[in-house]
Amino acid sequence: MRASSHRAVLPAALLALAAAVAPVVHAAGADLGQLQKQPTNWTAIAMFAAFVVATLFITKWAAAKTKSAADFYTAGGGITGFQNGLAIAGDFMSAASFLGISAAVMVGGFDGLIYSIGFLVGWPVVTFLLAERLRNLGKFTFADVAAFRFEQKPVRVFAASGTLVVVAFYLIAQMVGAGQLIKLLFGLEYWIAVVIVGALMMVYVLFGGMTATTWVQIIKACLLLAGASFMAFMVLLHFGFSPEAMFAKAVEVKTGLARAAGKTPEVAAAEGFSIMGPGGFIKDPISAISFGMALMFGTAGLPHILMRFFTVPNAKEARKSVLWATTWIGYFYILTFIIGFGAITFVLTNPEFLDAKGGLLGGGNMAAVHLAKAVGGNVFLGFISAVAFATILAVVAGLTLSGASAVSHDIYATVIKKGQVDSKSELKVSRITTVALGVIAVVLGIVFEKQNIAFMVSLAFAIAASANFPVLLMSVLWKDCTTRGAVIGGFLGLISSVVLTIVSPAVWEATFGYPKGSALFPYASPALFSMTIGFVGIWLFSILDRSPRAAQDRDGFLPQQVRSETGIGASGASGH
Amino acid sequence: MEDVLFKRISSDPRYIELKRKRTRFGWWLTLSMMVVYYGFIVLVAFDKELLFRRLGAGVTTLGMPIGLAVIVFTVLITGIYVRRANSEYDSLTEQIARGVKQ
Repeated sequence: MRASSHRAVLPAALLALAAAVAPVVHAAGADLGQLQKQPTNWTAIAMFAAFVVATLFITKWAAAKTKSAADFYTAGGGITGFQNGLAIAGDFMSAASFLGISAAVMVGGFDGLIYSIGFLVGWPVVTFLLAERLRNLGKFTFADVAAFRFEQKPVRVFAASGTLVVVAFYLIAQMVGAGQLIKLLFGLEYWIAVVIVGALMMVYVLFGGMTATTWVQIIKACLLLAGASFMAFMVLLHFGFSPEAMFAKAVEVKTGLARAAGKTPEVAAAEGFSIMGPGGFIKDPISAISFGMALMFGTAGLPHILMRFFTVPNAKEARKSVLWATTWIGYFYILTFIIGFGAITFVLTNPEFLDAKGGLLGGGNMAAVHLAKAVGGNVFLGFISAVAFATILAVVAGLTLSGASAVSHDIYATVIKKGQVDSKSELKVSRITTVALGVIAVVLGIVFEKQNIAFMVSLAFAIAASANFPVLLMSVLWKDCTTRGAVIGGFLGLISSVVLTIVSPAVWEATFGYPKGSALFPYASPALFSMTIGFVGIWLFSILDRSPRAAQDRDGFLPQQVRSETGIGASGASGH
Repeated sequence: MEDVLFKRISSDPRYIELKRKRTRFGWWLTLSMMVVYYGFIVLVAFDKELLFRRLGAGVTTLGMPIGLAVIVFTVLITGIYVRRANSEYDSLTEQIARGVKQ
């Protein structure tokens, strides 16, 4: 029993878990899934265990502070702009963006940069149009804002649907990512990783609510930023802090690889140089613009991001938090770019990291992980692996909390109980929902193990951009928007973005396996079309709306606007 | 009673000034962000040669500083808005709120 000799080094919190894991690790071997399983990495597991123990202490501390529904949803409004900025950045710096973007840079160079810029540019838009208005109008969920002057029931039902659909796709992507990654990094079984993520996430959210969820995210953001900074620093140090030297070596390596693959010197030189500019990432202009819109405006419609604006005490702190978030995310994407280029030099040339066919050991996304070992040895490899797992955990906790608040605050407290509910029973419903969502996430994570889920995060962004964002923007800024317009337009955006994604090549051909060219919708992202459908739907059904309710909705605009602009009458987030 | 309050604020010249200034500033900045980002995407889609142009004798292309500039621009423009909002707009808001209490 190799595993048992190591059990002693594991902290007590993980003992039970390790006992459950040990036999399976030995039984494994036959089923390798899409990615190769690596030998069990005990350094990484020990570091991850340390992270878990630390976060469990934080959860214990947070649990003592989580008494009311306001504490649960918004940490009592006691988070500062700087802290919230780190937490928002943490939500954005998922394992997918850390490993995925650095791998994309390693493969395509400049193309990876185009991709990361798309994720960043939504932030100013959030700041200019939404951040402070959200803070001034809302209390717990973005539905508080969208339904501010409208009939509560239909708008809440829409907002909760929008939230749950976005959360579901995002969650599946994270859970499957967790399983695959852990198989790779820790050498544990897929299903065990999924269960660990589900269980820990439930503990954070159930007991610690938003306070624990935020602090787990902050800690992870700091660890990830520190780790990525170290890697980028080591890469730059090697090249004497000359980007030109780094690029030149990368082009040389890529050219050499093309030569080794049997290309003529001219073709190989062109291939090597191709990483210095745009390549195949953007195929046609429509896809480019559409995908850009999904990323840009999706950011402004992601429920787990929007809810973070309610955790700060006022509009000033809300603005500060987006500025910090944008700064950290921008910095992080510059780091991943350097890491990707570093990986070309340090990983692609080192046989230790390559399989017989010249591919990366463990699969394409391992670029940053191998680079960690190349620049920092085994201990740093363990550190980065643990941070990658912690990242998934923190993001999943935020998603679950956002889904739980949609069910308990929007559906249960507002629609079913019509606001006549005490904080205690609302809290109980959030906790039950958290458990339910945790179980569902684990089950879906296992069900989707073998599926191609690459499209799911971009689908979540497309839905957020086409359903949540138009309703939010129009309800806050357009006087003539009515309940009917918001609900019908919102659902049109939601349905069209999902349907167009299903019949697009990424799902129809790559996931369902229909023949190439059979997809009805030829573009990479539906956002250009589904966002238009959403906005036109809201506009059309609002101006056609002559119902008495519509008159009431329009009358409600003035008080809403005064409050959204000045914060006068806004709920002090703390509620105590 | 609340309605009267909101009506009074909405006719306050300082409120009107705040709303006009901030809305205009916010949309201008949004527009410039969109011009920069979609301008970049249009370059990527239609003028790949420009982005591949070498800056000097080495391999560094014009695309690299442009890409980096988009990132820096995004952070800076957010900072410009937040700075102005947290000083000028917030002091206007405070004046309006004080006016209400009187």
